[in-house]
Amino acid sequence: MKFAVVAFPGSNCEMDLVYAIEDVVKEQAELVPSTATDLSDYSAVLLPGGFSYGDYLRSGAIAQLAPIMSAVKRFAAAGKPVLGICNGFQILTEARLLPGSLQRNQQSKFICKLADLVVTNNQTMFTTDYQTQQTIQLPIAHGDGNYYCDPTTLAELRKNNQIIFTYQNNPNGSVADIAGISNRQGNVLGMMPHPERAVEAILGSTSGRELFSSLVNSVRKRGLIHE
Amino acid sequence: MELTPEAIQATKYYQGLGLTDAEYQLITTKILQRLPTYTEIGLYSGMWSEHCSYKNSKPVLKKFWTKAKQVVEGPGEGAGIIDIGDNQGIVFKAESHNHPSAVEPFQGATTGVGGILRDIFSMGARPIALLDSLRFNEPKTAHDKYLINQIVDGIAAYGNCIGVPTVGGDTAFDATYAANPLVNVMCVGLMDLTNREKGQATGVGNSIIYVGAKTGRDGINGASFASAQFDSKHKSQRSAVQVGDPFTEKLVMEACLDVIYKHQDALVGIQDMGAAGLVSSSAEMASKAGSGMTLDLDLVPQREANMTAFELMLSESQERMLLCIKSGSENEILDLFNDYGLTAAVIGQVTTGHQYQLSHHGEIVADVPVDSLATAAPVYHREKTVPEHILQQAAIQFSPNITEPTQILRQMLQQLTIASKKMIYETYDTQVQTNTIVQPGSDAAVVRIRHTDKALAMTTDVNGRYLYLDPYVGGEMAVAEAARNIVATGGVPLGITDCLNFGNPTKPDQFYELDEAVMGMTAACKVFNTPVISGNVSLNNEFNDVAIYPTPMVGMVGLIKGLNQITTQDFKQANDNVYVVGRTGNDFNGTEIQKLLTGKIGGKLFPFNLDEEQRIQQLILRANRQGLIASAHDISEGGLIVAIAESCFGKDLGVALSSTLTTAQFFAETQGRFLISVKPENKLGFEQLMGRDATLLGKVTNQQQLFVAATDGEFKLALSEAKRLWEGALACSLK
Amino acid sequence: MYLAKIHVNYKRSILNPEAQAVQTALLRLGYQDVTSVQLGKYFELKLTGSQSKEQAAKEVDEICDRLLANVNMESYHYQLEELAVAE
Repeated sequence: MKFAVVAFPGSNCEMDLVYAIEDVVKEQAELVPSTATDLSDYSAVLLPGGFSYGDYLRSGAIAQLAPIMSAVKRFAAAGKPVLGICNGFQILTEARLLPGSLQRNQQSKFICKLADLVVTNNQTMFTTDYQTQQTIQLPIAHGDGNYYCDPTTLAELRKNNQIIFTYQNNPNGSVADIAGISNRQGNVLGMMPHPERAVEAILGSTSGRELFSSLVNSVRKRGLIHE
Repeated sequence: MELTPEAIQATKYYQGLGLTDAEYQLITTKILQRLPTYTEIGLYSGMWSEHCSYKNSKPVLKKFWTKAKQVVEGPGEGAGIIDIGDNQGIVFKAESHNHPSAVEPFQGATTGVGGILRDIFSMGARPIALLDSLRFNEPKTAHDKYLINQIVDGIAAYGNCIGVPTVGGDTAFDATYAANPLVNVMCVGLMDLTNREKGQATGVGNSIIYVGAKTGRDGINGASFASAQFDSKHKSQRSAVQVGDPFTEKLVMEACLDVIYKHQDALVGIQDMGAAGLVSSSAEMASKAGSGMTLDLDLVPQREANMTAFELMLSESQERMLLCIKSGSENEILDLFNDYGLTAAVIGQVTTGHQYQLSHHGEIVADVPVDSLATAAPVYHREKTVPEHILQQAAIQFSPNITEPTQILRQMLQQLTIASKKMIYETYDTQVQTNTIVQPGSDAAVVRIRHTDKALAMTTDVNGRYLYLDPYVGGEMAVAEAARNIVATGGVPLGITDCLNFGNPTKPDQFYELDEAVMGMTAACKVFNTPVISGNVSLNNEFNDVAIYPTPMVGMVGLIKGLNQITTQDFKQANDNVYVVGRTGNDFNGTEIQKLLTGKIGGKLFPFNLDEEQRIQQLILRANRQGLIASAHDISEGGLIVAIAESCFGKDLGVALSSTLTTAQFFAETQGRFLISVKPENKLGFEQLMGRDATLLGKVTNQQQLFVAATDGEFKLALSEAKRLWEGALACSLK
Repeated sequence: MYLAKIHVNYKRSILNPEAQAVQTALLRLGYQDVTSVQLGKYFELKLTGSQSKEQAAKEVDEICDRLLANVNMESYHYQLEELAVAE
């Protein structure tokens, strides 16, 4: 299957995703510029980490205006998988594809380390290869990873099982220890931790592999594939 | 209002720009044979500053050893290149941003990172790692803490945004750096040797293209500012603040690499606009190529209105590059930059002859021989005398009286130079590009070369206290420690870069330090086969006439030939055997223990034998290649006992050791030593290889305790307590 | 009691990458008539100890110089409003 990795000006994890998918997951990945307007050739869309447009003003605020985002919205509306990692998650919230927003870390510093996460929902397209309540280790690297939503939204997220990953030791002040959420339909996932940094043992963790394998398996099973 | 040439002469205005009477005379009588205009005197002040011309340090820098078979490009270009085989080269360089960081710490640090990145990608290399060598005062006042926090935040803000991992470096604390914090940033890049670029402008009629941020009045005359000293009367030198914009830099980097990799037919040369901005980049490109150049300053993209030619030429606005593009290919390149959302313009041409001509508002504002800017700055051979404090040194070694070893160990783990720097490096993205195998906190960082079985080990080191006591031997030790760090991780040292942070070269006792240090470094470089391929000089690090300790930062890169050879400092499992390799002496002058117990350092620096150090390092590399080593840690500041504690922390393993050393000797900083752990099945093989150079101390344990028996006492400390003290000290001191 | 409304901005001569990014985004959204964007920080401080407007102004100046503004590259301006004491 073929992944689209959208590169915004200022993205900096796009090649890490391409390498993870091609070298480890052994599927195809293509960089798609943010000026493109068509994603119909792809089976899944990935929004990478980085500092799109410098993340000046607010993280993701300017990227959500890029031409590609209309195509991303159509892609998501069709029920196809969209994954936003770190800055990609911030863009998805600014684009209103996911509820809530990501604020400055509580301690106001950028933080980069390996974090223990709990897989709280293994029924999504992105998590079927994990066990529910499984503890996994993924690197985090962000300054604005403090997830915030109002109590009503949080109740909704809980009711619909939209909280997918939580932190075991909350590193940034996120509401309800949230590290990743999905939309109501479950085909759009946003997460602050970086699964693409955890696919090779030599780099410290392989917990990210199951996320990509889940995605590949789900896409194949649901016949969403474009070869 | 611009001064007339006559007024410049009458008021000696040039002095305020850092030019001496003799230098002005040289320009008027020999070079131009007329009085220089306001713009011209500005050009000379920038180009003849220490920062651009190395006029005080050139005779010293010539002593460096720069030629070895692995060197593809030595000092002179933006950065040096070393061949690592398979048609790949590594490019690295370090640069200081001390003075800007003292005045405006956040932006001083960001622009330091930005500048060194441009040096690397202008060579045609993609930056793959950043390291920071920082020197601060021991934080006491609010201002000390502000400087430290802001400098660290600035490095994080820029490096994290641009997506180059900050993988290592070193941080030390001493009152000598109170008014002159040192911010030295090193960048390592990787390239295909076919993409090698030069900063030159050849071919009459070819175009000069400016790309990147627009020019404002940022840091006008920053180059001469960087070369001036501070005193308490001139506390604020505020014209020089530049703001870093990592987003623009990221676009400039990607666009320039695109030009270098995919538009080689159009590209003649490329150079960063660093110190002395437009004038230095353009004059150097023309001078190196033996060309002339003409620039039309009205075409320079400008952020502010009514900028003068002087300001346009000397502005140090960041994130700008200058390219020489073949005539006829201009639009191809301008279109490319436009696609990246960057401002770019053709601002001039390569001309016949050797004149450097600037026009502004339809008038010629400067017309000078280009070499007179780039290469004709006078070179000063400074006098040197042995500093008084060295003449008066006591010859005998300090002898620490350790009555409560465990208590001293507790204190030692909290000395800021020893304590964990985690709170600093956790704010850096250490993993982006997903090649970082050994992260900060180990002897050397290790970054793999993707799609090969090779990796690079990299480190920065220097101990200013050693150099203060003996600049020659301290210089040798700086290189030796860097090599030891590389070897500990399994790498073969390849070469070094440096930042020479020193005092005032016009004072003979301070020039002595510079000259001796470089000679010591050179002696060591030859022994370790690590030529100097690039570097930077930061002089006049003085406050109220007192200089910092001589601090020549050494940045070293080594090659690890197989990923299975990568070794870290953490003990791996219980029952492994622990050895100290190398002889331990009563070496205490200039050490952390002397500082801790007496509050100061002094006496004659302990002795050092380069050849012995090299012999031990070669042995360690052999043991590594034979797969005999489970962990390896360089023994440096704080001595053997600190190395033992640090090796326990990684995997929370304890030790039970005993030794024929005294408790005091556990704090000695004798060079040429490693702490090694070896699996039981490799014990025999390791001991046979090492012979008498390895001394068995005991075993790694599952007990959460650090237990070491010496001849006159013992260290006994719960691991959790040791780790808490070591990890908490820095955060505690910055509150 | 006084309320100080303080604006801190980059000096005009200093590059402001954030403001530049916002302006570019506005252009992309079609607001061609926006020719300049300034972007800074806004503070509201209540001062209960000051006896006179002059004294309050002196204190605010000091606060701005020492903390709120980085006078190397930022400038500030403020308005002082007198408030009823019992609030």
